[in-house]
Amino acid sequence: MAHFTKATSLHDWLNQRLAVDTLRRVLATEYWIPKNINFLWAMGMVLAITFGLLLISGIFLLMYYQPNVNLAFDSVNYTIMQEVGYGWLWRHVHGVAASVVFLIIYIHMFTGIYYGSYKKGREMIWISGMLLFVAFSAEAFSGYMLPWGQMSYWAGMVITNLFAGGSLHADGLVEWIRGDYVPGQAFLNRFFMLHVLLIPLAILGLIGLHFGALRIPHVNNQDGEEIDFEAEAAKYKAGDKANSKVIAFVNDFMSKDMMVVGIYLIFFFYLVFYHYDFAMDPVNFDPANGLKTPAHIYPEWYFLWSYEILRPFSTDVGLIAFAFAQVIFFALPFLDKSPNAVPASRRGLFKYWFWAMLIDMIILTAMGKVPPEGSFSTIGLYAALTFIGLWIALPFITKFEKKV
Amino acid sequence: MKELFILAVVTFFTLLTYWLVEPFAHSQMHKHIESEGFAYKDLPALTKKGDAARGKDLVMGAGACAGCHGIKVEGMPAPMDPVTAAQSYGVNPPDLSNAGAVFDAKFLAALIKNPAHALMLEHKYNEKSGKSYPMPQFYGAGGDIDQEVADMVAYLQSIAPKQEELTPNEAFETACGRCHAIHYPYNLDGKIHPAWTQIGEKPTFKKKQDELAFEQKVLDYQDSLTKYLGTLPPDLSMYIRSRGEHFIKTFVEDPQAYLKGTAMPRVGVNAEAAEKVIEHLENVGDSKRHERASVGANVMIYIIIFAIFAILWKKEVWRDLH
Repeated sequence: MAHFTKATSLHDWLNQRLAVDTLRRVLATEYWIPKNINFLWAMGMVLAITFGLLLISGIFLLMYYQPNVNLAFDSVNYTIMQEVGYGWLWRHVHGVAASVVFLIIYIHMFTGIYYGSYKKGREMIWISGMLLFVAFSAEAFSGYMLPWGQMSYWAGMVITNLFAGGSLHADGLVEWIRGDYVPGQAFLNRFFMLHVLLIPLAILGLIGLHFGALRIPHVNNQDGEEIDFEAEAAKYKAGDKANSKVIAFVNDFMSKDMMVVGIYLIFFFYLVFYHYDFAMDPVNFDPANGLKTPAHIYPEWYFLWSYEILRPFSTDVGLIAFAFAQVIFFALPFLDKSPNAVPASRRGLFKYWFWAMLIDMIILTAMGKVPPEGSFSTIGLYAALTFIGLWIALPFITKFEKKV
Repeated sequence: MKELFILAVVTFFTLLTYWLVEPFAHSQMHKHIESEGFAYKDLPALTKKGDAARGKDLVMGAGACAGCHGIKVEGMPAPMDPVTAAQSYGVNPPDLSNAGAVFDAKFLAALIKNPAHALMLEHKYNEKSGKSYPMPQFYGAGGDIDQEVADMVAYLQSIAPKQEELTPNEAFETACGRCHAIHYPYNLDGKIHPAWTQIGEKPTFKKKQDELAFEQKVLDYQDSLTKYLGTLPPDLSMYIRSRGEHFIKTFVEDPQAYLKGTAMPRVGVNAEAAEKVIEHLENVGDSKRHERASVGANVMIYIIIFAIFAILWKKEVWRDLH
């Protein structure tokens, strides 16, 4: 057993029992981050803050939400929006944050792709991040079911139908997922459970894994420079902060994070109070009606690109393409054969691959929303084929990349 | 400088994506119809100046309006209760007390002369279908029909409240409330207003029997309405969020423009009454909008101050690092 002495202060008392000084050093003041970074490196903190907003607003909504097919819609649109003091605020924060969190996730992902931050020992950062993307997607989808509006119901119908596997006709699986032949009480209850318990637990665990995965390979920097963290840290600790290539997580990196978070929150709360409609589809303010299919069924904007990879093909081919789109990003560190972990701008053909992928996904996103008719179908089809083609081409164009 | 460039790139792609999935996609999905400001250009303008006193005689006498319509301000209750009236006509004929304030004068005149035409329901009521609109046409009382109609309109306007006295609630009841329910009670100026049914405000009951008896009346009324229109008109509680102001206004102005063949009549409200109906729908479906505006302004001030302090802190910390 450790040796305890009479504490000289509360700090000392805690230090003997929890090693708070060591924790602070390891997690904050001597956790080294490269100095050569830009504001995109703050997206992790922006995501953490947004997740915090989702968690807190969600707890307040949970106090009044009723997971019952007869009460859910009114509990959201009447009880929470009109009766409960500031219920509208929590709902708008929750709804807007659920949409904005995906914008930041995509910026975070494309930052990683651009700077090659998934290579050379950073594969687990990428993979744990992709697992977080999947968990957030499931969280977003399950949450979208809860207001039990028209879009909740019909999106639930369409997405669970995908599990029938086209010609496989695995209707039993679909019924098992729904707990009924069509979305109903059993369906709402289980998606409620997933949304407020199981998936948030998974997200919290994965956030831990994602942070842990950063520890050994360290954070990348904007020139892909390999830094001797120990030597640079020694320089920093000796007082030569200006010439050291690293900074401390707290306060150095944190102060920059908070600056970005501050500016981000201006944008965020502007959306919450003055431009919330984009995150809450009008169709979902009609109560769920299994006998009345909406004229246009589309997912929220962040799922549109993968929806459009499903849509232009026949059922079976579409499902295979869709499945491909869901998993292929996981394989990025292994499909990119280049030894260069530097920004895309210095990587020859990969530079074009990056911008082509970004633009293609924006086209897919747009085509996923508009009605699949005429030239929109054609554009959607070519964009989906381009997406698949780009991934097939990736190992080849990166294999012949010159070492920089 | 480089960071600003990166920020510009991120902002550009974000706004591009936003523009594509919101304004652009919605312009492709929904017909865009511009409001004509409730001008009802297809209806003839009133050429004669009406006389309210003569109009009163016509409304009570030869016009035979009072046979079906109540006029509460004149102490005349409706001849039938709403449930019986709906069984006879399909829908309860409106009380005319507010008609002069809610409906456009041109529209009222056209309605008296040819209801199916003014209501844009000629696809349903015509010679071929053999059906005629429950409200009969006014063929004149022996004099100049245009003068007689102008007189009746003048009378309806003379008994109606002034535009500034007409409440949003009254505008809604007269224009929409006999077909559409609003099942959310709402809080306005500290007073809770009960839910609206097609036969009136839902009272609070002491006894369950009375409540069930009321609900049965509502259901009976809704049955007649469903038979009359082919479907039960939707509850409008959340319409301000599900359809929005622009759609509601332009749809009410000309339902056929969006939904060819719909049983929803052109309502004929004037521009002021349309604003009031919208205000009522906001009072019900977006009741916290004023609080949202004031809290929003305070939060923005707070968060801007927070951001300024965050920037100053960063500058302070990074002074030693450069």
